[in-house]
Amino acid sequence: MIFTRLVIVAAGLLFLWHILVSITGVPHYILPGPFPVGKSMLQNWPVLSTHLLTTMIEILAGLIIGTLLGCSCALTMILSPHLKRWMLPILVVSQAIPVFALAPILVLWLGYGLASKIAMAVLIIFFPVASSFYYGLRRTDPDLLELARIMEAGTLSTLRYIVIPSAMPAFASGLRVAVAVAPIGAVVGEWVGSSAGLGFYMLHANARMQVDKMFAALALLSVASLILYFSVDLILNKLIYWETTRELNHAHNE
Amino acid sequence: MIVPAHARKPDGLDAVSIVLDNVSLSFAGTVIFENLSLQVEGGKCTCLLGPSGCGKSTLLKMISGNTSIHYQGSISFSPRSRRGNMTAWMSQNDLLLPWMDVENNVLLGAKLRFKRDSHQRQQAAKFLTEAGLGEHATSLPAVLSGGMRQRVALLRTLMEDRPILLMDEPFSALDALTRIKLQNMAAQMTRGKTVLLVTHDPMEALRLGDKILVMAGNPAKVTAIFEPGGTTPRNADDGSVGKQYPLLLSKLLEQ
Repeated sequence: MIFTRLVIVAAGLLFLWHILVSITGVPHYILPGPFPVGKSMLQNWPVLSTHLLTTMIEILAGLIIGTLLGCSCALTMILSPHLKRWMLPILVVSQAIPVFALAPILVLWLGYGLASKIAMAVLIIFFPVASSFYYGLRRTDPDLLELARIMEAGTLSTLRYIVIPSAMPAFASGLRVAVAVAPIGAVVGEWVGSSAGLGFYMLHANARMQVDKMFAALALLSVASLILYFSVDLILNKLIYWETTRELNHAHNE
Repeated sequence: MIVPAHARKPDGLDAVSIVLDNVSLSFAGTVIFENLSLQVEGGKCTCLLGPSGCGKSTLLKMISGNTSIHYQGSISFSPRSRRGNMTAWMSQNDLLLPWMDVENNVLLGAKLRFKRDSHQRQQAAKFLTEAGLGEHATSLPAVLSGGMRQRVALLRTLMEDRPILLMDEPFSALDALTRIKLQNMAAQMTRGKTVLLVTHDPMEALRLGDKILVMAGNPAKVTAIFEPGGTTPRNADDGSVGKQYPLLLSKLLEQ
């Protein structure tokens, strides 16, 4: 199972971290060892878990809204060539704007609460999902569309049975990118202006030179992001069940 | 021996013929067809034999009603026995949807038209058994071999129950033995329907064609017509196959 390998890798990295800190004798306010960080995590667990919850709500809400918006945008563009002509340039141009630069503006407009962070996450998730889903929809096998036409299929059934399923692999790769990047959006939003969340906690811990707390928050965020990524990956693999036949051959080696 | 469960009697009453009258088509400066007139006889299998790229596939698309090909002249069906599309189409690519199981792929037409019912499902099950695919009804296409997939594609085409079958090199991607088996199956199951089969294999044309139209040239024209006689599928030891194969081959090679 992939989890055992992950655990082994994680344990290995922790071990290396410990060795590095012991050998180099680096001061604890630059790089604390894994044990002080672990201790800090356990000591501050009640506070940390509250902040974790806030950040995770921001990420998940952003993920859901961003995915829905991205899919709607892609479907609109594929259904209406007229609208597509206007939306596609906007989509392309907006990808060029560094989303993180918008963080202060979002905090200004939406405040210190959850809304601005969710908006950040939505912005980061929307683009990869919309563009990969759209291009997936466009790359439907033209012979399949020809077959559907000859069978006298309407637009809706062609979309439902042929175009959307064939675009699912592309959508999945876009979503995987989005899920990997989504936590960044939430955390950056928290750095710019917030009163809760792991990003906020890290910033304040850093300001007070409580580096072990900072690393504890970072470790927690990393673990949470990994769990999120693998959960989404699992769901996507279930969704795109027809491609698992290939992976079954690899699984025999595991 | 596959016994077709639903074959129409080849008495010509149900059979629909295709009439092309002075069809011309140009694309990007090249003239593909110029005043092409031909007739595809109802209830028989007509093979369009010719080299790749001469326009045979385009002709099939035109007959199937593709609105993005703007040609002059007329393509008509006689009689026009149903409203809507008179044709069912099958290509070299089996076009099976990987996310649907075999039964649903066979029933694809009905699904797309939101008209799937128990009668259709029974018919599909009957077809699958006839074709030797009964136990694969719930399998996904990915586990099937190329020959099995093309069999499913043939069944899907037959399920459409249209008077005209357009087949665009349906067996050319298969190995020789699978191809022969599938040709036999196709000949049995499409008996009585009007079939227009595009192929570049003269042997396939001789095995399956009641009439063979050799098509070549630029713009494409029918340069020869062969009528081998007898019933399809003809085997390699059939006299007419042996006699006409070299003639056909030389006709093709001289283009």
